[in-house]
Amino acid sequence: MAEVLVYVDHVDGAVRKPTLELLTLARRIGEPVAVALGNGAADTAAALAEHGAVKVLTHDASEYADYLVVPKVDALQAAVEAVSPAAVLVPSSAEGKEIAARLALRIGSGIITDAVDLEAGDEGPVATQSVFAASFTTKSRVSKGTPVITVKPNSAAVEAAAAAGAVEALAVTFSAAATGTKVTARTARESTGRPELTEAAIVVSGGRGVNGAENFAIIEALADSLGAAVGASRAAVDAGWYPHTNQVGQTGKSVSPQLYIANGISGAIQHRAGMQTSKTIVAVNKDAEAPIFELVDFGVVGDLFDVVPQLTDEVKARKG
Amino acid sequence: MSLRIVVTVKYVPDATGDRHFADDLTVDRDDVDGLLSELDEYAVEQALQISENSDDDVEVTVLTVGPEDAKDALRKALSMGADKAIHVEDDDLHGTDAIGTSLVLAKAIEKAGFDLVVSGMASTDGTAGVVPALLAERLGIPQVTLLSEVSVEDGTVKGRRDGDAASEQLEASLPAVVSVTDQSGEARYPSFKGIMAAKKKPVESWDLSDLDIEAEEVGLEGAWTKVEDAAARPARTAGTIVKDEGEGGKQLAEFLAGQKFI
Repeated sequence: MAEVLVYVDHVDGAVRKPTLELLTLARRIGEPVAVALGNGAADTAAALAEHGAVKVLTHDASEYADYLVVPKVDALQAAVEAVSPAAVLVPSSAEGKEIAARLALRIGSGIITDAVDLEAGDEGPVATQSVFAASFTTKSRVSKGTPVITVKPNSAAVEAAAAAGAVEALAVTFSAAATGTKVTARTARESTGRPELTEAAIVVSGGRGVNGAENFAIIEALADSLGAAVGASRAAVDAGWYPHTNQVGQTGKSVSPQLYIANGISGAIQHRAGMQTSKTIVAVNKDAEAPIFELVDFGVVGDLFDVVPQLTDEVKARKG
Repeated sequence: MSLRIVVTVKYVPDATGDRHFADDLTVDRDDVDGLLSELDEYAVEQALQISENSDDDVEVTVLTVGPEDAKDALRKALSMGADKAIHVEDDDLHGTDAIGTSLVLAKAIEKAGFDLVVSGMASTDGTAGVVPALLAERLGIPQVTLLSEVSVEDGTVKGRRDGDAASEQLEASLPAVVSVTDQSGEARYPSFKGIMAAKKKPVESWDLSDLDIEAEEVGLEGAWTKVEDAAARPARTAGTIVKDEGEGGKQLAEFLAGQKFI
């Protein structure tokens, strides 16, 4: 059976959820072979094996942390040459897309980014993408070379599927370009203790109607009652009420959770682009004419300062 | 010293318009108003700021690949303050994908001469955000991408890249490719004077033969990916809307419980 390379996104050996979703998709096309790089690479093997990786190729070197993107491209290229895979799957993070693009160019292959689904096809894997602010769905395939496809978080379920997960050392020779862009300092983001925005099953967002940084506390309280991530519209971020890392929309994160709760968000195209593919959408907004209500499964026309705390209390009461 | 900056910009269908696909499954650029991609305005802005903050003799060239109307995007960038523009236009470019676009841009950047390439974080139509990385790979120079802060001094570009897990300070020697995010600073509006001056600024037009690119290397036929189907997303079925009369939060909780979210 053909092998499919899966690039592993991990933090010091802890595999992030989107990579496990990639393994689910990879198994539709062939046998997943994972590539884990950097500090803790070998520690990823157990989790990857549980989810279907037949092999885990690992390599650690200081270059992965000290220089931007290119060392990882060099390593992934070495893995492609060692394995001759049927496809290469990479998580659709900002860095993942850059790694995938440079890899595709080097190995003479086409690239598809931000796939939301993947299935086997007669002429290679067929990727589904959601385009034009999720108003269209396209199906595409790579027509030249080994398909390189980046896949968005929440595109597939994480499935247990025990496999060997045999760890093998990957031989990597860094290119001259590897040390071109130096990372001179790195400040880790403080953890909020909430789920990762793009990976969360539930996202609770606030917009212009929240009307102040301090008022985001009521959005956070609802999020915490549901175990949700917190998002914000561009208007709220531009006003300085919430960090840009939490922005949902065209120039922020694109999310596709099971449940999206929009509070005080009108639903401009810029925001819709980032949340329109959510499974269930609910909204609270004072303005009955707000375009967000065109998207909702359930909407409340009302003051979020009344509705949201009542909802939070009710959720807490029901969860007991 | 001189510093030659090339800013890559894209002419895109207006995101607030009714964007759709043409019969050949390429983006329909005829029936929707186009404009300079909003995210590229940030690239033009940062190039102009680098120019204004520099003691060197800086020249800012804006470069686009696209149909006749794409000149509008160049005019906008010139009216913001760029010095000159290059328009790569050729009928054989219709349907070119990201890999092909990066080939055309890279050849044009080399022909124009450059020390620094500045791009936006992504286009607002394709949204892949891979062209800056592809340009760095093709030009064989460092990529310093997705910056929310950028500066150039003594042949070195420095910037801050705000990722999900960490914020990184980056540094590379010129020549280099930079991309900037919408957090890099509000783009200026063209002044009346700028708009008038732009009319007199040079716009060069190049075609594929000027760049020694064969028609087969680009366009729909030369694309490295194939779109097999494009369908409008089915409209969401109309939901239930209630007016809060004191019980709105409870009604919402009831809905969420019914959907097993609570």
